[in-house]
Amino acid sequence: MKTFKGISVFSGVAIGPLHFYRRETQSIERREIQDPQAEIARFEAARQEAIKKLGELHDKTLADVGEANAAIFEIHQMMLDDLDYIESVRGIITAQNVAAEYAVSATAENFEKMFSSMDDAYMRGRAADVKDVSERVLSILSPVKRCSLNADVPSIIASDDLAPSETVQLDKSKVLGFVTAEGSTTSHTSILARTIGIPAVIGAGDGLTADIDGKQGILDGFTGTLYVEPDEGTAAAMKKKQDEYLHERALLEELKGKPNVTIDGRRVQVFANVTSIDDLGSVIKNDAEGIGLFRSEFIYMGSSSYPTVDEQFAIYKRALESMGARKVVIRTLDIGADKQAAYFDLPHEQNPAMGMRAIRICLERPELFKTQLKALYMASVFGNLSIMFPMITSTWEVEEAFRIAAQARDELARANVPFRSDVETGIMVETPAAVMMSRELADLVDFFSVGSNDLTQYTLAVDRQNQKISRFFDPRHPAVLRMIKMAADNAHAAGKWIGICGELGADTALTEEFLRYGIDEISVSASSVLRVRKKVRSLDLSK
Amino acid sequence: MKEFSYVITDKEGIHARPAGLLVKEAAKFASDIKVAKGDKRGDLKRIFSVMGLGAKCGDTLTVTISGADEDAAAAAVEAFLKANM
Repeated sequence: MKTFKGISVFSGVAIGPLHFYRRETQSIERREIQDPQAEIARFEAARQEAIKKLGELHDKTLADVGEANAAIFEIHQMMLDDLDYIESVRGIITAQNVAAEYAVSATAENFEKMFSSMDDAYMRGRAADVKDVSERVLSILSPVKRCSLNADVPSIIASDDLAPSETVQLDKSKVLGFVTAEGSTTSHTSILARTIGIPAVIGAGDGLTADIDGKQGILDGFTGTLYVEPDEGTAAAMKKKQDEYLHERALLEELKGKPNVTIDGRRVQVFANVTSIDDLGSVIKNDAEGIGLFRSEFIYMGSSSYPTVDEQFAIYKRALESMGARKVVIRTLDIGADKQAAYFDLPHEQNPAMGMRAIRICLERPELFKTQLKALYMASVFGNLSIMFPMITSTWEVEEAFRIAAQARDELARANVPFRSDVETGIMVETPAAVMMSRELADLVDFFSVGSNDLTQYTLAVDRQNQKISRFFDPRHPAVLRMIKMAADNAHAAGKWIGICGELGADTALTEEFLRYGIDEISVSASSVLRVRKKVRSLDLSK
Repeated sequence: MKEFSYVITDKEGIHARPAGLLVKEAAKFASDIKVAKGDKRGDLKRIFSVMGLGAKCGDTLTVTISGADEDAAAAAVEAFLKANM
């Protein structure tokens, strides 16, 4: 077995024979000629022919895969119409008395250099476009025999690189996935892979050569890995991964856009948890109705010093904008215990799970808390924001947090910074104290969200980091479930809503129980959203 | 001669596709249309020239237009930039 590691462009698993596409690259000789005008005419004819073919390619691509992929061929046409480009080719022909082929290839090289020396990765990637259009002209000037891009049977296409004009000629029914030695994630080849939704890996390295042609391959688009002649263990593991992925895709097809409603008509909202900004894409892909837990601490943990108001604002704004009118519950800083950032300088503690963490840090360092709250309120005008405080045990903590939030709003108002005045504020219910106080707490806040991991740990007095006692850590323990029910009853008595945002929400064996408690919202990892939806839609609470 | 400045607000800057549309817009006019970003200068009717500026979000473009239809061209190009970049 041989393994190649590249960059994943699109996930999924492809299993099948490898087809290596080798481009016949012609070596361009510097051939001197007698009649420069005739060469210019040859170039002109080839250029016009290339523009015409690009027009046809544009129309075909438009029909096959849509405008986003077709636009590149219009750009290619404009490149061939560019006066700088044309003048360069003509200039080289007349100044040096050389053949059009040489003039085109020298011009292409210069323009490729211009792009590849730019400091922007996207623009560097455009060198491939110059090469592609120039090769199109060259192939008209001196036609070369090209090896077939398409395999006879459905295959994983491998190549050193694929030009946009080559990718669109791929027979989609014969392509299981593709892998290239070079390439950039912003290339049109990558865009196409995403559009047609096949596993694709780029930048697999120079080792990817024609000797793999015809061999069995597995392309893992999740990790960006190509296995050539995989061993049995790898093949079995990959088959399993492929099955799971296909199952998930099928779920998606079946359930996307469908409401989360039981057979007897009870609605529940299924939201997604966000652990990093990269999760936003899969939140939307999996059709979550909102974000039930945005773990803002990742902003702090991914930073080497305290993130500023503006840095935080930009991230919150992006999350809110990407969700539109859908609710986004952002949990304020929950650092401490197992989540650390060095610059916080938190002293070593005997018992960090019960120590300086989450809201306790925020109330001890109000300026730090206010910075985050200001960023949140500033972002509030860009969507449907709710703010949630973690690790609450007492009403005074909520009141103090509210005072700091009011200060943050006052400061924004004084600086004429707009914010929404209807932002919901809620708390995590993750301590037994919060449950016991839930009647009083419900009067103070707009909503509850149960953090099942900590609630289990604190209710059962079982450290969830300690592997030795993991069999005592039972989130389905009746004591935990009764806690949740009590919190739900008290929330509803005060006319407030309650969600569950811990791991337990994804436990579909408990979905029915939760719905019977009247839980209004369940927030799970994006990949579990549709699994929970499926469960909800199969339940009948009237029975 | 007409001249105006524009600060790019599109977070991606001027990518290939908008560059193409911008060149198409400029090509509708007979006037000579030049663009500058810092000490980089280019012709707004030539795609390599526009892409070669490597203009990013926050960069200031200075557009200089001279010719018979310069008023109309200036209005159209400025409107295009505002709407698309």
